[in-house]
Amino acid sequence: MIAELGHFTLILALLAALAQSFFGLAGPAMDRPSWTSTVRPAVWVQFLVTTLSLGALVTAFVNNDFSVEYVAANSNSALPLLYRVSAVWGAHEGSLLLWAWILVAWTLAVALLSRSLPEPFAARVLGVLGLISVGFLAFTLFTSNPFLRLDPAAPDGRDLNPLLQDPALAVHPPMLYAGYVGLAVAFAFACAAMIEGRLDQAWARWTRPWTTVAWAFLSIGIALGSWWAYYELGWGGYWFWDPVENASFMPWLVGTALIHSLAVTEKRGLFKSWTLLLAIMAFSLSLLGTFLVRSGVLVSVHSFAADPARGMFILAFLVIIIGGALTLYAWRAPLLRSEAGFEFTSRESFLLFNNILLVVAAAAVFVGTMAPLISDALGLGTLSVGRQYFDPVFLLPSLPLVALAAVGIHSGWKKGRLSDRRQSILLALLAGVLLTLVLVLGVWEGAKILTPIGFALGLWLMLSALIDPIDRWRRKLSMTRAVIGMAIAHLGLGLFVVSITAVESYTRERDLALAVGESGRVDEFEYRLEGLSTVEGPNYDALRGEVRVFENGKQVGLLYPEKRNYWVQRQMMTEAGIEMQIGRDIFVALGEDLGAGRWSVRAQVRPLINYVWFAAFLMALGGVIAATDRRYRSRPEPAA
Amino acid sequence: MTPRQRRITLVVGILAGVAVAGALTLSAFRENVMFFFDPSQVAGGEAPIEQRFRLGGMVKPGSVDRVAGSLEMSFVVTDFQQDVRVVYSGVVPDLFRENQGVVAHGRLGTDGVFVADEILAKHDENYMPPEVARAIKEKHGGVMPVNPDVRSVPRT
Repeated sequence: MIAELGHFTLILALLAALAQSFFGLAGPAMDRPSWTSTVRPAVWVQFLVTTLSLGALVTAFVNNDFSVEYVAANSNSALPLLYRVSAVWGAHEGSLLLWAWILVAWTLAVALLSRSLPEPFAARVLGVLGLISVGFLAFTLFTSNPFLRLDPAAPDGRDLNPLLQDPALAVHPPMLYAGYVGLAVAFAFACAAMIEGRLDQAWARWTRPWTTVAWAFLSIGIALGSWWAYYELGWGGYWFWDPVENASFMPWLVGTALIHSLAVTEKRGLFKSWTLLLAIMAFSLSLLGTFLVRSGVLVSVHSFAADPARGMFILAFLVIIIGGALTLYAWRAPLLRSEAGFEFTSRESFLLFNNILLVVAAAAVFVGTMAPLISDALGLGTLSVGRQYFDPVFLLPSLPLVALAAVGIHSGWKKGRLSDRRQSILLALLAGVLLTLVLVLGVWEGAKILTPIGFALGLWLMLSALIDPIDRWRRKLSMTRAVIGMAIAHLGLGLFVVSITAVESYTRERDLALAVGESGRVDEFEYRLEGLSTVEGPNYDALRGEVRVFENGKQVGLLYPEKRNYWVQRQMMTEAGIEMQIGRDIFVALGEDLGAGRWSVRAQVRPLINYVWFAAFLMALGGVIAATDRRYRSRPEPAA
Repeated sequence: MTPRQRRITLVVGILAGVAVAGALTLSAFRENVMFFFDPSQVAGGEAPIEQRFRLGGMVKPGSVDRVAGSLEMSFVVTDFQQDVRVVYSGVVPDLFRENQGVVAHGRLGTDGVFVADEILAKHDENYMPPEVARAIKEKHGGVMPVNPDVRSVPRT
C-alpha cells in the first residue's frame, strides 16, 4: 500500500510541477494576475506530495518491505536503521527522488522568501524552477521509478553496497544535491531576468545569498565525499581526479566564479551578461555531472545505472535546458549593457582575473574529464587522463589565483586604493615567508620545488584575510557579517593551500609485509603488527589487526584496521585504522594474506590532512555567514 | 594611456594569457594521457615499450603467483586470446581476484613483462571496467563470462 501511495504522490508531484511552471511562466507573460498568484499554492502542493512520496520510500526501507524491488535490491533486514534510511539514496532511483525533493524544498524556500520581489519576477523564477522539477520528476517516474513491486516479494534484500555503509556517505549525497540544486535557483533567477530583459543591482542582491548558500552546500558535499574516499576506500588520499569527483568540482569552480562576479554586479552593476553566463554554466555543469554520473557513461563507485534510456533522457533534458538558456542568452544579453568603467588595480579587475583563472581551471578539468569519453565515442582509442595531467594544469591557474586573492581582498571598488593597506599586505607576505622558512627548515625537513611556494602563498592569504577584521576591530568600525564571512572563507582557502602543500610534500607511505610480532619501517616511523583477531559486526565479520606505531622508538599510535567480509554481498571491504592527531594522521590499512603468516599492510603518515577538510568547512561557513548579512534581509527592495 | 587604450591592453593581455594557458593545457594533455591496450594489442606490438599505459583484461585463473610472505607478486592478464604477465609489488585492491576484470597501470619491458605500479579492480561484483568488458566481448564471441550467482534479486 505504502509503495502505491508513493507512486501516486509522485504522479501528483509531476502534475503540480507542470501547473507551477505553466502558471509561473504564462501568468506574467499574458498578464493574468490570477494565474500568477496560483504559482505559490502550486509550489506548496508540489512540496507536500513530493514529501509524501519520499516519506513513503523511507517508510518502505525502514519497514524492510522487500516486495518493493528497489528496497530488495538495496537493503537488508540486518542493516542498521541509519543505513536503512540512507539506503534510500544509496542507488539511482531513490537518489533521483531525493534530488527532486531537495529541488522542491529550495523552490518552497524561494516562494516563501520572495515576497519582497516584484510579483511577476518571482512567478517567473518559480516557473523556471517548476520546469526543472518537471524534468526530474518525469525522469524518475518514467525511467527510474523506485516504487515498482517485486512479485513474489524477496525473502530478504540484497543489502546496501558495503562501501556506502558509512555515516559520512549517508550525508554526502543530500549535501551535494543541495549544492547542485541550489545552483538551479541562481539559474532560475538568471532566466527570469533574461525573460524580463532587465537586470539591475537589486537582481544581483536577491541572487547572491541563494548562490552563496548553494555553493556552501556544494563545498560541504564535496569535502564529505573526499573524506569518505580517504578513510573508506583505503587508498589514503584526499582527491583522485576521478571523473565523478571532477563532475562535482567543475560546478564548484564555476560557482565560485559566479559568487565573485555577482559581487561586482551587485556593487557596481558591471559584468552583467558574464554573470548570467556563469549562472547558466554552473547549473549546466551540475546537470552534466548528473548525466555523467547517472547515465553509466562513466563507471566508478558512484554510477549506479547503465541504462541507455536513462542516458538519452538526461541528455535530451540537458540539451533542452542548456540550449534553451543559451538561446535566451543570445537573444536577451545584448539588452543588458554595463556603463561604468574601472581602473586596473580596482576590486573589479581583481575579480575579473579571479573569474578568468577559475574558468580556465574549470576548463582544464573539463578537458581532462571529457577527453576519454569523446575519444572513445569517436573511435580514436581508449585513453585515460590521470593526475599527471590534472595536477599541473590545475595548479597553473590556481597558484596565481591565491596570490591575487591575498592582494585583491583589500582593493577598493572603482579606483584601486591599495596604498593605505600596502604596508599590511607586505607585512603579511613577509610573515608568510618567514613562517614558510620555519616549516620547511624546522618542522619538516626537505622540500619539493612547490613546497615553499605553496606554504608562502597559503600563509600569506591566511594572514591577509585577517587584516581587515583586525583593522576594523582596532578602529571600532562596524563588523558586518559580510566582512566576517569573507575573512573566514579566504582564511579557509589559505589553510586549504597550506594543508595540501604539507600533505603533498611530506607524506610518508609504504606497503609492508608483516607477520604478527614483526615490524617494518616507513622512514622514521616503525609499524608493528601486534596481533590479529576476529570480530563480528551487525552484518559482517572482520579480521582486525592491532598495529602499534613508533616514531624514533617512541609509541605515537595504536591502530585497529579491519578487513570486513559483508555476508549478504560477500564483499571484502577495507576499514582503515586512522589516528587523528593535531598535526597529522597516522594511517594503516590491512591488505591481504600473503602466505607464510604475513599480511600486506599499507602504512602512511600524512601531515595536516584533516585540515584539508576543515578548510573546506571554513570556506562553506564563511559563505553561510556572508549570505546572512543584514542587507539581504531587512532592506526594502526597490522595484526592479 | 587613454582609457580606451588601457581597455584594449587589458583585453589583449587576457586573451594572450588564456591562449598560453590553453597551449600549456594541450601540451600537458598530449604528454600525460594514458592509452589502454588489451593483451592481443600488446602481443601484436601495438603497445609502446617503456612508456606508461593501461593494460586491461581478466586475471587468468591459477596464474597469481607470489613468493610466500612477500609483497612481490605476478599474474597473467588475458583476453582469452593472448596473455601478458604482470609483475607488481604492493597491496592489491579488495576485489582483485582470479577470473575477474582488472586494469594495471605501468610499463611494458623489452622482455614482454608488464611492470605495474598501480592495480585497479572493479568496485563491486557486477562491475567490469568498460574497456575490459569490450575487449573481452570482442575476443570471446560476444559472450561475457560473468559470475552468475550474484547478479539478480532472488525471485523465488
